[in-house]
Parts: sequence; structure tokens; C-alpha cells
Amino acid sequence: MKVYSPRDENEASTIITEAAASGLKLAVGGANSKAALGRMVDAGARLSSIEMAGVTLYEPAELVIAAKSGTPVSELVRVLAERGQELPFEPMDYRPLLGSRGEPTIGAVVAMNISGPRRIMAGGARDSLIGVRAVNGRGEVVKSGGRVMKNVTGLDLVKLLAGSWGTLGFLTEVTFKVLPKTERMATLLWRGLDDRRAIEALSSALGSPFDITGAAHLPGADVQGARTLVRLEGFSVSIDYRLGEVRRLLKSAGAPDILEGRGAEILWQSVRDATILPDDRDRAVWRLSTAPSKGPDVAAQISRSLDAQWFYDWGGGLLWIATKPEGDAGAGIIRAATREFGGHAMLVRAPDGIRAAVDVFEPQSEAVMALTRGIKKAFDPAGILNPGRMYAGV
Amino acid sequence: MPIAFPEPDQAITSRRAEIIAGLRRLVPGEALIVSEDERRAFETDGLTAYRQMPLAVVLPSSTLEVSSILRFCHENGVKVVPRGAGTSLSGGAIPQADAIVLGVAKMNRVLEVNLTDRFIRVESGITNLGISQAVAHEGYFYAPDPSSQLACTIAGNIAMNSGGAHCLKYGVTTNNLLGVTLVLLDGTIMTLGGDHLDSAGYDLLGLITGSEGQLGVVTEATVRILHAAEGARPALFGFERVNDAGACVAAIIAAGIIPVALEYMDRPAIQICEAFAHAGYPLDVEAMLIVEVEGSEQEIDDMLRRIVAIAEPFHPKTIKVSQSEAESAAIWKGRKSAFGATGRVADYICMDGTIPTGQLPYVLKRIDEIAKSQGLGVANVFHAGDGNLHPLVMFDTSKPGEMEKAEHVGEEILKLCVEVGGCLTGEHGVGIEKRDLMPFQFNVADLQQQMRVRGVFDPLWLLNPAKVFPLDGRIAA
Repeated sequence: MKVYSPRDENEASTIITEAAASGLKLAVGGANSKAALGRMVDAGARLSSIEMAGVTLYEPAELVIAAKSGTPVSELVRVLAERGQELPFEPMDYRPLLGSRGEPTIGAVVAMNISGPRRIMAGGARDSLIGVRAVNGRGEVVKSGGRVMKNVTGLDLVKLLAGSWGTLGFLTEVTFKVLPKTERMATLLWRGLDDRRAIEALSSALGSPFDITGAAHLPGADVQGARTLVRLEGFSVSIDYRLGEVRRLLKSAGAPDILEGRGAEILWQSVRDATILPDDRDRAVWRLSTAPSKGPDVAAQISRSLDAQWFYDWGGGLLWIATKPEGDAGAGIIRAATREFGGHAMLVRAPDGIRAAVDVFEPQSEAVMALTRGIKKAFDPAGILNPGRMYAGV
Repeated sequence: MPIAFPEPDQAITSRRAEIIAGLRRLVPGEALIVSEDERRAFETDGLTAYRQMPLAVVLPSSTLEVSSILRFCHENGVKVVPRGAGTSLSGGAIPQADAIVLGVAKMNRVLEVNLTDRFIRVESGITNLGISQAVAHEGYFYAPDPSSQLACTIAGNIAMNSGGAHCLKYGVTTNNLLGVTLVLLDGTIMTLGGDHLDSAGYDLLGLITGSEGQLGVVTEATVRILHAAEGARPALFGFERVNDAGACVAAIIAAGIIPVALEYMDRPAIQICEAFAHAGYPLDVEAMLIVEVEGSEQEIDDMLRRIVAIAEPFHPKTIKVSQSEAESAAIWKGRKSAFGATGRVADYICMDGTIPTGQLPYVLKRIDEIAKSQGLGVANVFHAGDGNLHPLVMFDTSKPGEMEKAEHVGEEILKLCVEVGGCLTGEHGVGIEKRDLMPFQFNVADLQQQMRVRGVFDPLWLLNPAKVFPLDGRIAA
């Protein structure tokens, strides 16, 4: 398939203008490391941001950074780290789960609104994103937001473009507010809690004044193997104090271990990247968001009917579920659970046949779909940008 | 130049009796306000220099009533101006002569409190403070805290994406909203989001937040609540030079500290607030910072010690670390009374631009020059952590032409904010006030893209149509 890799916004605009005129459908992306996510796109060519890279603005004292959309995430992380700062939303790396290659780009992180464990405290990519530039399906360069962190001028197209999976515009530049990296990170780890007791404990921790930045429960093969994690980040003096307070608050859960250093970092990375799930490349994988206290109900209901493994992030509100890659990979049962308990589920990994046959994203009400189709048309009247990546006809 | 309203549509105003009769069939009598005396309470909002008498005011009590009113207006081509408490400083809730006002203030119940999952579900007419009060006995609060929080509604907060003094740590409305019930102009009732994080599909929740009542009417909201910090305490620093204060802010952030509040006041603001609130502010400095941190007593002591050490190289003339609740209250009383205290010494208009924080010294110098060129004074209060600047342009209504001069100064200040890389409005919204300045921040393609999205929700331009977008060049698709 032909790949267009514009070097700047003007080239991107020309490519898209011509594609709109000729009806050429474009698979929009960056380094293609997440091509296996979402619905499959029937496109005649690829449009990649990969030649548009580089940090365009960084003002550490103002907590703001801007980069062209094809900038590798790793590059942004490195530049920020040099000044002791980081992306607040801790974007996950999908490569281990998808078994894919390529250097993930910051544009894709925005397009898919990717976040990680710190989402519960610091928000997702869409919350840190303060400005975007994009080329819409008419070939027009459109900007929204800017480089200041408080901005309510006009409709918030920043939020709309975040998480639109390249269906509304080809992102060319993204701007974030960032945060200082904390001085110290410490994790409390309890063993042997069942799902329900673990999520109760996490809810107590998250309902405390101690600014928990990670709350996960990793069930084991049996309950003895289960691990429940609470993460604190901050100045060292504060961490000493808060470790004691959280331990006291959750004393009914037993005595926790305290983890610090590289081992704890790797553990949180495996929560972030969902590599906690059994290392079985053939299993299908789902990602489900619900209210934290409903997490154990969802898991219990699903496991009654499906051969499934799972773990919880976001205090119980985010479930990663591995199922058998057969039939609908559990879609019917999982979606029955989201309907009953609230929330939404996305099929993250499955053989192409299943991916093509089931709803990858949570089906929406007809009223929401009508707006969705209208918004798509408002950006991309010819329907050439990532057609069908999110929903059929969008 | 005074802000223009579109010419009222005679075809609508001439049908006033018929429209009122139609509305009367949809809501109980007490929910419909038609007499001139009673309508007058709704003719303006926080931007009191502008007034328009609406056709009628409807105050529904349920989502279903809101739906039937909107459907009726849609079918009859009647414009609708949604209203919360009417505290908008940008004229976002000012009516039009050919529009009805749809107020949600009667819908103010708490529907569900869930401390385990840390959310509260409310009807949208509840006040911002009412939400925090509903969970305060459990130690929780709702984080965004606009100055008008005693009066303003969550409906208005969502419409304007309201901020507050503590958003450096806690974010603004859009970062704390989990779900809404939204009614579209054609009466369609839909749920966006819920009690969980993120949503499938496009971020419609993010899109409607800050859409200034132009996409739909929010009747219920689910918002995140947080456990309050164990304690909070401010310190106050006075500087003889503006540059030192600005550099001190940068140094605090460079040290990895994100205070929960970081407020800047310039000399005129200090003088005015001190005269009113007797807060103990230094009167011999050019700039003052209020830095507040949260945590346990021990954590607060540690953090304030760090901040004092960071500030010292910038030669603060005054350092006052609050030692008691009373001192903390006094420090905040001065800052929080800035608008009221200014109102006692002059008429003023309150601007709301955002600038890159590094531009502060330059921007303050230029603001001073702009105001002086018109013979007016300005007091500046500034959320220094996030760059949100509130210049209060002072004038005397009794002097002919002064208000126009003040408006001109305000306009020049906002253009300056855009020039240095900032924006027209950080938290008050565009409303009618900044509508005609939008082309300074956005080009035609930017604005048309916004209008095309707007058109998906309201192709006929019936919802709050006089606002946000310049009257010329409007499109719907």
C-alpha cells in the first residue's frame, strides 16, 4: 500500500485535499505500532506522521511542551526527564500486548487518548492536552486550544480530537501541560485478598486525602497469589508520613510490604502495559471501564460464563480481561455486563476474523451515533480519514 | 464599540402570545414567567452593562419538561437562552428580545452520593457550593471553585468549563465531570459518560463542556468528588520588583512543587484589597504572591520551608507564613475580596485572558501603558500558576465616554494576551463580551470548523445564538 509521509502541515494539507477530491481513503497513523487496535480500515493508502517529528516548544517553568505529532513518545519522555518533568497521564505502551514493532508516536497517544495507572489522579491524555493542530478531511489546517493551560475560548475541539482515532483530522502538532517528576515513589503491597476485599481496600485508599497515584489488584492463580497495590508519589518526607497513614487506614487488610526502586517501577509498568495478563499470545484481550465498586461484579459475572483471566487498575474501575479467541471472544457476555453494571468495553486483541465480526468499541445509542456521524461529516465530508476505524460509517 | 445584538425577529416577537400559550401547555403555571416586572430579574447576568428583555422565562422542574420545551421551541423556530444562576461575567446568559430564557435553577436536587466510587449525581441547577456541602460532612468536596460558587450552578459551570483558584492541582470542570444528561434542541434526551472514567466513541462530554449553552441543555451531572486534604496553609511574599515575583513563581515550579494555589496581585490590587479587608498585606511592594500548600501539619511545614528558601534569592521584602487559621483566613480574605473591594472604589470591568506565565512582566507593563493611554487605572490579580490574568479596568460610569474607554482598554488587553501566545478567556467564557474578538485568536478555518460542529447540534442557530461566534460569516454545515 502506498504510504504518504508528509514533512509538514502544508504537504499534509495537499495530500488530504487531493485524496478528498479523488475519494482516496487514507489509513491515518504514526509508526503503525497500533494498527491492530480498533476496527479494520479499508483504505487505499496510508498517511503517516512519521516524518513530522520534534519538540517545537518546551517551557519547563510554564509546565508546557509541544511537539509535532510524529515525535516518538520516548523522545518526549527523554526531553522532559532532562528537566525533571514528565507526562502526567503515564501513557501505556501497547507493543508488548500487540506484539508489534515501531516507535509509538505522541500523535497516536492523543488520537487514542491513551493513559495509564495515574489516570485516576492526574487524568488521561485528553486532560493534559491543551492544544492541537490538525488537517481536517477538507485539507484545512485547524487549530484548537493553545499553549496555555487555562483556556475556554471557543468550542473545545481539543477534547473532541483526542480519542477520535484519526477519523476527524490528521494531527500535526500537540501541546501538553506537564508535571514535575516526583522525588520518590513507594508502593504498598498486600497479599492474599480476594477481589471484593481488595477493591474495598483500594476504595478506602482512594477516598483518603493522601493523593494515591496508582491502585491496582492483581488476582493470582489462587487467592494466596493475589497482590493488591497502592502507589504514593511525592517528596520523601511526605511519602514516609503517608505510607504510615495508608497502612493504618487499611490495617484490616493485613500488613503490607513496601516496594521501592526498580522492581516497583517494573511492576507498575506491567500494570500500565497490561502484561500482568498471562503471556499467551493467542488469548483475546478486552479493556473495560466501569465504576470501581462494580469491577468485582463484572469480573464475577463474566467468569461464570467464560474461561477468563483478569486484573484491575484504576482502583477497580479498569479491567483487563483475557478470553479464549473463539466465537465472539466473549463479546456477548462482556457487553451484557457493561449493560448491566454500566461502563464500556473495547476489544484490544483478537484474531482478524473475530475483530471483523464483533463490535470492537462499545455500541452507542442511536442518538449518540447520529451526533457521531454528524461530527464526522463536519470534519471529513468525503469520509476519507480512517473510515470505519471506530464505527461503521464513521 | 458597544456589543451589538442581532435584530430581533419580528415574526417571532409578534407571535409572543401564541408562544406563551404553547409553553403554558407544557409546564405548570408557576414555572412560566411572563410579566414585565418578573422578567426583569432575568434581563442580564454578571455583565450588567448589557440588558435584553426576553419573550418569557421558563423554569422547568424535570428533564422531561426541558425536553418538551426545547422540542416546542425547535418546532416553532423560537430561540432559547439557557441559564443557570445568571452569574456569567461574559454575558453568556443575557437574553434576546426574540428568545425565551430556559432556567434550570429549580432543578437542584442531589440524586445520588457514592463515596465508595467517589462521585455525586445532581440535577444541574444545584449550586457549585451546594455540591461540596452535600458531601462535606464526610470530608469530601467538589474541586473546581469559581469565585461565584455560592450562587453559580453546575449547569453554568459545565457550559463555561469554569475554573477557580485551585485548578493548578485539581483541574477545571472538564477534568472533574464524569457524565451528564443532555437534552438536544429537538427534545432528544441522551446520557453521556456515567459513573466510570472515559467513554466509548467521540469525547462528547469534553465537547459540550465549555460550549456555552449552544449544543444542548444539561439537566443532570455526575461529578468526581475528592477527600479534602488534611489541612492547607498559605504564605505571603511581597516583592519590590515585578520580575522578581515572576522569577520566584518559575523557581517554585522548577523545584518540582505544585502549590494548590499560586496567586499574584499587583500594587493597585494590594492597596485596594488591604484598604477593604485589612488582611495585613504589605503596602510598600510592587507585587505580592500568595502560595498555598496542602497536607498534614508536618507536610505543610516542610513544604512552606522549601518555598521560603526558594523565594529568598529573589529578595522578598515581606515573607509571612501563616501560623494560624485566622491568619490564613485574613490572607485569603484580601484576595477573595478583590472584585468586591475594587467595586467600592470604582466601576470596573473584569477581564479574563490567559498568558504564558513567563510573559507576565512584559504584559503587566503593556497593560499599564494601555490603560494610561486612556487615562484609566488597572488592578491586576493573576492565577500565577496557570497564567490566567484578571485585569480590573477601573472607570467612572458617571463620566460620559469612560465606559467605552474601559471597554477599549479591555479589548486591547485581550488582544495583547493573544499576541504573546495566550488566549481571550481562561475561565469566564466568550459570551457576548469577547464574541467579536474571536478572529484575533482563530482564523476562518478554525472558526468554521467550530461552527460546523455546532451545526450538528443546532443547525438553525436557535440555542444561545447571539454568543461566542461573530455575527458575520456564520455557517451551520
